[in-house]
Amino acid sequence: MKQFLNSQGLLTQTLPELASPSHLLQLYSDMVTLQLFDKKAINLQRTGNMSTFPPSHGQEALFIGMGRAMQATDVFCPYYRDHGTLMLRGVPMQKILSYWGGNEEGSHFGIQNQDMPITVPIASQLLLAAGVAYAIKKRKQTRAVVASCGDGGTSKGDFYESLNLAGVWKLPIVFVINNNQWAISVPQHAQTASTTIAQKSVAAGFEGFQIDGNDVIAVQYYIEQALNKARNGGGPTLIEAITYRLSDHTTADDASRYQDPDQLAQAWQKEPLARLRTYLKEKGHWSAEQEKILTEKNQQRIQQAVQAYLNQAEPEPEDMFDYLYETLPKELVKQRQSLRKTYRVEA
Amino acid sequence: MKAITLVEAVNQALDYEMSADESIVLLGEDIAKNGGVFRATLDLFDKFGAERVLDTPLAESMIAGIAIGMASQGLKPVAEFQFMGFIYSAFDHIISHASRLRNRTRGRLTCPVVYRAPYGGGIHAPEHHSESTEALFAHIPGLRVVIPSSPARAYGLLLAAIRNPDPVIFLEPKRLYRLFKQVVPNTGQALPLDCCFTLMPGDDITLVTWGAMVYETMLAAKQLGETQGIHCEVIDVATIKPLDMEMIIHSVQKTGRCIIIHEAARNCGVGAEIAANLAEHALMSLLAPVQRITGYDTIMPYYRLEKHYMPSVNKIVHTAQEMMEFV
Ligand SMILES: Cc1ncc(C[n+]2csc(CCOP(=O)(O)OP(=O)(O)O)c2C)c(N)n1
Ligand SMILES: [Mg+2]
Repeated sequence: MKQFLNSQGLLTQTLPELASPSHLLQLYSDMVTLQLFDKKAINLQRTGNMSTFPPSHGQEALFIGMGRAMQATDVFCPYYRDHGTLMLRGVPMQKILSYWGGNEEGSHFGIQNQDMPITVPIASQLLLAAGVAYAIKKRKQTRAVVASCGDGGTSKGDFYESLNLAGVWKLPIVFVINNNQWAISVPQHAQTASTTIAQKSVAAGFEGFQIDGNDVIAVQYYIEQALNKARNGGGPTLIEAITYRLSDHTTADDASRYQDPDQLAQAWQKEPLARLRTYLKEKGHWSAEQEKILTEKNQQRIQQAVQAYLNQAEPEPEDMFDYLYETLPKELVKQRQSLRKTYRVEA
Repeated sequence: MKAITLVEAVNQALDYEMSADESIVLLGEDIAKNGGVFRATLDLFDKFGAERVLDTPLAESMIAGIAIGMASQGLKPVAEFQFMGFIYSAFDHIISHASRLRNRTRGRLTCPVVYRAPYGGGIHAPEHHSESTEALFAHIPGLRVVIPSSPARAYGLLLAAIRNPDPVIFLEPKRLYRLFKQVVPNTGQALPLDCCFTLMPGDDITLVTWGAMVYETMLAAKQLGETQGIHCEVIDVATIKPLDMEMIIHSVQKTGRCIIIHEAARNCGVGAEIAANLAEHALMSLLAPVQRITGYDTIMPYYRLEKHYMPSVNKIVHTAQEMMEFV
């Protein structure tokens, strides 16, 4: 497992160039933002202002490192837990809240980019990603695709199909697997008898390896390397990031039904934020005072997004028609009118 | 006896039949220790063990396919898809094998599989967790499609589905999972798989529906009866395929009017099939055109708008009033 910073906050190899003190502070700050955002989102759910939410706890380093590794012109094909990365791709927090708050506007992102929307049918995004990668390759562009999914997702045919194709066509794509040890209640060893997920790339004919997904430096560094390779014609890479889901699967789940508390307690020892904080403190780059300022700054920013989310107008019922086709067929124009009449009458 | 919810009735039926029939195995995602995300298989893992209650790897195509293989060996798999919206990658196996194995082998091999899935909207779930695509299955020869709308019918119909020697798609209206309770005696009594249920007799209009919409339809029928003297006959279709058209036609011959109510999109929905049958077989009895109240031909919206998508009590009442005025 590739790593720079272990769970005690000690270096296990020389830091790469990207790890300047200011950049490490940036990564730390990003992770704090995500953690606070998730706590807030869970609160919104608990107070009836959001339906279901999939938290990032325990996987902040992966989502942040992945976001920081990508260039703006790359394409991200996320799965439903990837909002931390999407935020770094420029998607406003308010949009993430809208999406999980039951409003399609959330997937518009409100920005110009070609990233795929959050994908719920597991692993299906990996095939979309392979198609994107082919388009990039065909046009000889120096861009690459990051396709992400969970450990459970690697049991789907779509996972094997996309790996296979990426190998055969030598596509500019990096598969990043968030191995958080669980697919809802099913532990990773019940998904595969394979020692690692990374080794599945061998059968597809390209390189794969494990990284410590709790080490944000390793995450950014190795995904960056793989993206560089992909952009320069070197083909695909499979990266298995070892993390741990330190929360319920979603707000609709109760992990205490199936999770061993000892295992959970152990996983907390490897949590991604503490180790970087320890390291930064050790090097004199971080203090309790800074932590306080950072938290306050973040909380303000998050609170603004939450207010914007709570204040935003409800979508118009007709919206369900208005993005179906470029031109609404006449039969549907009638249905749209009937919907308008119905809700006006009922209102 | 304690009253139970629809999801508890599903559990009770599985429990009863697994105790009675060793060949039944359950398979699906998160159904073992976790008891299913809706707890439909609660405690069955503890009671029947890991060889009969199988948490599978996460792959719906695999779940559908292995169930067919198991069934061909005389096991009776009851497979759970976590949500209807995740069945689509399993279509190949359901359509290409499950529905055809008996026919293809001229009866040498059969496929007594039950594919269960929660379906329908109204619980504020994320995308893909709220659709009603029963018509996709109803279109496939060789399948049965069953949809209960009460704890008692969930119990009796699920027993019947498991005992049936052919593949059954068993769709559970998740909005009703915990909406109300009924006393459901655990006697192992199955209900028939090829007949509708008349839930309320009436002479003026036949209201035909299934799944969670039975709930709104009953409310509308009561309101119409109590406040307007319009007496509706409410039919819960329950077995979407094969359709019991006899009972529906019989009712429409009496009332002369019919409204079909379903949550699914309108175009090519099961309502269209019922309306076509009425046009073929009951035209001379009709006093007004057959009406459909359905979801729109749009993608099921995320939850902010889902109430606008789904047929409401008001709309049923309105349509019924208009129909009575039709001359
Ligand atoms: C095709 C499909 N089947 C089932 C589900 C329901 N479901 C949502 S998340 C999940 C577990 C996914 O686990 P994993 O891939 O490890 O990702 P994680 O949630 O752990 O990040 C399941 C079964 C789904 N969304 N899509
Ligand atoms: Mg997982």
